[in-house]
Amino acid sequence: MGEREGLRARSGVTGSGAAHSATGPLTALVLATGLPLMTSSEFVLRVGVNIIVFALLAVGLNVVVGYAGLLDLGYVAFFGISAYAYALLASDQLGVHLPTLAVVPIAIAATCLIGLLVALPSRRLVGDYLAILTLFFGQIFLTLTTTADRITFPGTRGTTELTGGPNGIVGLDDMQLLGFRASSTMAYYYVGLGALAFVLVCVHSFSLSPTGRGLRTLREDALAAELMGVPVHRLRFVAFAIGAAIAGLAGTLFAAVEGAVFPQDFGLPVLITIYVIVMLGGAGSLTGVVVGATLLTVVLETLREPSHARALFYATIVIAVLAYVRPLKLAAAVLGGSTTALIATDALALAFGAEGSSDAWPALPHTETVGNLAFLLAVGVGVLMTVVGTRARVLLVAPLLYLLVLTWENRLVEEPSITRFLLLGALLVLLMTARPEGLLGKREVEIPH
Amino acid sequence: MSGEFFVQQLVNGLTLGSLYGLIALGYSIVYGLLRLLNFAHGEVYMVGAFIGYGTLMALGGPSAPSVAAPVLIALMFLAAMIGAGVLGVCIERVAYRPLRDAPRVTTLVSALGAAFFLQSAVLLLVGARFRNYATYEYVDLDRGIHVGPLDVSIIRLFVIAATLALLLAFALFVSRTATGKAMRAIAYDREAATMMGIDVDRVVLIAFFLGSALAGAAGVMSGLVYYATYHAMGFSAGLKAFTACVVGGIGSLPGAVLGGIVIGLAEAFSAAYLSSTFQDLIVFSILVVVLIVRPTGLLRRPPSERV
Repeated sequence: MGEREGLRARSGVTGSGAAHSATGPLTALVLATGLPLMTSSEFVLRVGVNIIVFALLAVGLNVVVGYAGLLDLGYVAFFGISAYAYALLASDQLGVHLPTLAVVPIAIAATCLIGLLVALPSRRLVGDYLAILTLFFGQIFLTLTTTADRITFPGTRGTTELTGGPNGIVGLDDMQLLGFRASSTMAYYYVGLGALAFVLVCVHSFSLSPTGRGLRTLREDALAAELMGVPVHRLRFVAFAIGAAIAGLAGTLFAAVEGAVFPQDFGLPVLITIYVIVMLGGAGSLTGVVVGATLLTVVLETLREPSHARALFYATIVIAVLAYVRPLKLAAAVLGGSTTALIATDALALAFGAEGSSDAWPALPHTETVGNLAFLLAVGVGVLMTVVGTRARVLLVAPLLYLLVLTWENRLVEEPSITRFLLLGALLVLLMTARPEGLLGKREVEIPH
Repeated sequence: MSGEFFVQQLVNGLTLGSLYGLIALGYSIVYGLLRLLNFAHGEVYMVGAFIGYGTLMALGGPSAPSVAAPVLIALMFLAAMIGAGVLGVCIERVAYRPLRDAPRVTTLVSALGAAFFLQSAVLLLVGARFRNYATYEYVDLDRGIHVGPLDVSIIRLFVIAATLALLLAFALFVSRTATGKAMRAIAYDREAATMMGIDVDRVVLIAFFLGSALAGAAGVMSGLVYYATYHAMGFSAGLKAFTACVVGGIGSLPGAVLGGIVIGLAEAFSAAYLSSTFQDLIVFSILVVVLIVRPTGLLRRPPSERV
């Protein structure tokens, strides 16, 4: 015991920093229990459940990527395996209806086991091999769930409906615990909050344990950690297994609340979303991950409704310009300039007989071609901005905004799902290049003097 | 009969393997120089296929091209290779250059974001509909080698020949030119190369341009042989090409080509003799077996050949 304390004092990895504290997220969870009292809207509660599922997933991925620095690109497949395990063991698909208390541990254990099997060939989990293996595994999972709808088991006649193919598995049992049956979204909301609180407490105390501290040193410098006597190889597997287990828990919750599973619920877009959440919040930070999950889920939900999406788009532009263009006078000039440019171009185009409508914004004709062209140009200007110097960059902001508005009004607002994808991809690149430590993360583990 | 079927699959596998090899080469150069898995490379291949299709449509479309077929195909290749090359350079500038010395996970996540952005951008621009190269409209596919039931159309012969030519040109570039020498030097030891006065940024840009141009050429070849072009084609092809790199020995140029051919053959034969649903699983199994049995890949890489 004394030796452990000594290790804790000397290892130099602090556990008390705000980034690693669990009190913040737990307080938020306590506050979140009040949500159903404020609104009975089914939609709001569903968004709440989505936030919880994504927060769970992100906390798990955070252990793998944020603590151990392993790139697990099959993470969403582990989520899917568990959801399908729940679906197979608690529905009419195979005629099996196990109680929740049995299904959830079985699904989690199966996910963990498969996760370890996938990781095993990538000797010592060296980054690149692990990335390829897990990414490929995610693809295999999608192919198999989509195509393995009729399987002939050896020794039997006829076929068994296994995964249901693209139609998925529907009509899953609700979760049941001690005679209490979770049949409403509100019930799942509370079940999810409970699960998230449990996972947060576990991960937090784990990260403070000697094993957890050892794990967190891996991300910084695995070689140095190994020299200090940290069992690097074993800890990587521990992290990978913990991640898979948490994904498994999230999978059972997701399957039960949806009441159905489909292959496309576990594809690349979901993987990217989880990565954006972890990177947005700050790899290694529990608070950040919960904040990131909430923020991103709300933004993605907002994009579904065109009028809300539009408000969000313009608000983001104004805030971004005010935040990044200094001094404020210049920011105001940029915003004013691009608005004037838009109105002036509109007026000119209308004056020269372009067929627009005067009550639309911008009044230019709304066509796909204009939008696509504006999108290409906007991307081009964006690339150009990374090449030129600071002064020229400020000059390019106004044209960029102009093109973004044209793209937005002509194309993006009509294609909410593609807009989400573009946003997620762009966010990942921007976050990594501009602020890899995320909103609340720390670039390096603190070393107290 | 089954012998001819076998030979037919061999040709199919070689065609597919040529494509994978060309894509894998781009991964391998970049990996050799920067130790970076360029996830966006598969999407560059997809964009190349679309640029080729765009050129085809601009020149009158498949049914009434305004130029002779050989000129048409040459122009498609030229446009796709230049376009893809420029795209590769842009990706390097935006997503990778700022992260040259960042932790590896950071760069890989950035690469993943760039890949997803590209795929979504193409989805926005052209939609999810499949586009058809309709090669049969302007190339007489009956020409070529026809021995009994064995069919090797002229376009497949052309693809294999063009791949060989591109590989040869690339190999000569790497081994004979000053830039090629600089590439090998950077792959060997970037820091030392910088101290010797090699402009690393410039060489990396050239490597990205060339690797992406090869992927663009592969995109056009894929359109010419398989007709269908769609926004999600890059992801799975990229995955297979990665696998090819690892199987051949990551960072090794001959290894990338060899790996591509192994994967192409494995896929063609498993689709023909087993079932097309399991071809991904077979390729995945090859990857797993290679990682367990011979993690350095089929061709052991002497450091000096790593580019």
